[in-house]
Amino acid sequence: MPMHELPITRSLLDLAIRHAEAAGGGRITDLHLEVGRLSGVINRFVQFYWDIVTEGTPAEGALLHFKHIELEMECLGCGAVFNPEGDDYACTACSSTEVQVVDGEQFHLVSIDLEQDDSTMSEG
Amino acid sequence: MGKTIPVVEKITKANDQIAAMNRTRFDEHDIFSLNLMASPGAGKTSLIEKSIPLLADRFRLGVIEGDIATSLDADRTEAAGATSVQINAASCHLDAPMVSQGLDQLDLPSLDIIIVENVGNLVCPASWDLGTHLRVLIASVPEGDDKPFKYPAMYRGVDVLVINKIDLLPYVIFDMDRFREGVEALNRGVVTFPLSCQTGEGIGAWVDWVADQTRQTATL
Ligand SMILES: Nc1nc2c(ncn2[C@@H]2O[C@H](COP(=O)(O)OP(=O)(O)OP(=O)(O)O)[C@@H](O)[C@H]2O)c(=O)[nH]1
Ligand SMILES: [Mg+2]
Ligand SMILES: [Zn+2]
Repeated sequence: MPMHELPITRSLLDLAIRHAEAAGGGRITDLHLEVGRLSGVINRFVQFYWDIVTEGTPAEGALLHFKHIELEMECLGCGAVFNPEGDDYACTACSSTEVQVVDGEQFHLVSIDLEQDDSTMSEG
Repeated sequence: MGKTIPVVEKITKANDQIAAMNRTRFDEHDIFSLNLMASPGAGKTSLIEKSIPLLADRFRLGVIEGDIATSLDADRTEAAGATSVQINAASCHLDAPMVSQGLDQLDLPSLDIIIVENVGNLVCPASWDLGTHLRVLIASVPEGDDKPFKYPAMYRGVDVLVINKIDLLPYVIFDMDRFREGVEALNRGVVTFPLSCQTGEGIGAWVDWVADQTRQTATL
């Protein structure tokens, strides 16, 4: 089991709890994430640690929804935009290797869903 | 009752905020700082060792060594002439709070350059900004020419690329064109220094560049 995703998952939990508290508290039920292929983060390891680090927190039992963003490149020769496969970064239209990354780097928490009862709402 | 709270923030935001504080400390003291990343054994400590004597006549150097179990690397860089502190990385990478603790142990007004040696790893360090001015990746020839494709996040996220152990090019299979193709696709025009810590070839160009960057940082 790689250790990499453990600190990542802790950061995710801290970030979600901070935003939940700022919104008046309550139970976090869902987290919506965007994870680019270039972020180097493996979803199933985040999921594995998530169940451990959330124990006893307002996010216990919350579901993680991953939106995977493919690596997207643009050809500087012909302008084609394509998703490279594996270790081949050449343009799929003209085979040029003059290409650049345009998408797939993000690693974001996009939103969280909160469940608040009437008492938490009146506090917040 | 349920409601959706928009967030849209980087998950490493808390780390990045401390990284920004580290950066402020570097800048307040006119210190030029580097984060050296590489796989285990690529030559991070060797490059620091070779660079120290060539920079020590003009600049005062500090080294922060991120080591999981030993102080071997910190002992080597200290012996080479740089004030060195070792921080026990309780993880597979350094993060900004660990570097902040390292900075607490250094006398910042007496330094011009701080080099941080990250934990040997091509995956994890890429996600954690330390607040240094530049991020340097040391690739080494025996690792093979496929590494940009296998570890794209690392190759994408650095400002400088050192290709170490070029003395071994005649002995190992390493297609420089294929390697550079991957690098260019991920990180167009990245400053690159092919060199050998063994023979000293290419070290001069690297050291001159570090010296230039240090002077520029100090006069900003
Ligand atoms: N042939 C050759 N060997 C080198 C070169 N640079 C470093 N080495 C050797 O590579 C080995 C590892 O070097 P280190 O500098 O300890 O590598 P490192 O990246 O600091 O390793 P860790 O801190 O353990 O991750 C040592 O045996 C060095 O002597 C080089 O340019 N050519
Ligand atoms: Mg080392
Ligand atoms: Zn094309």
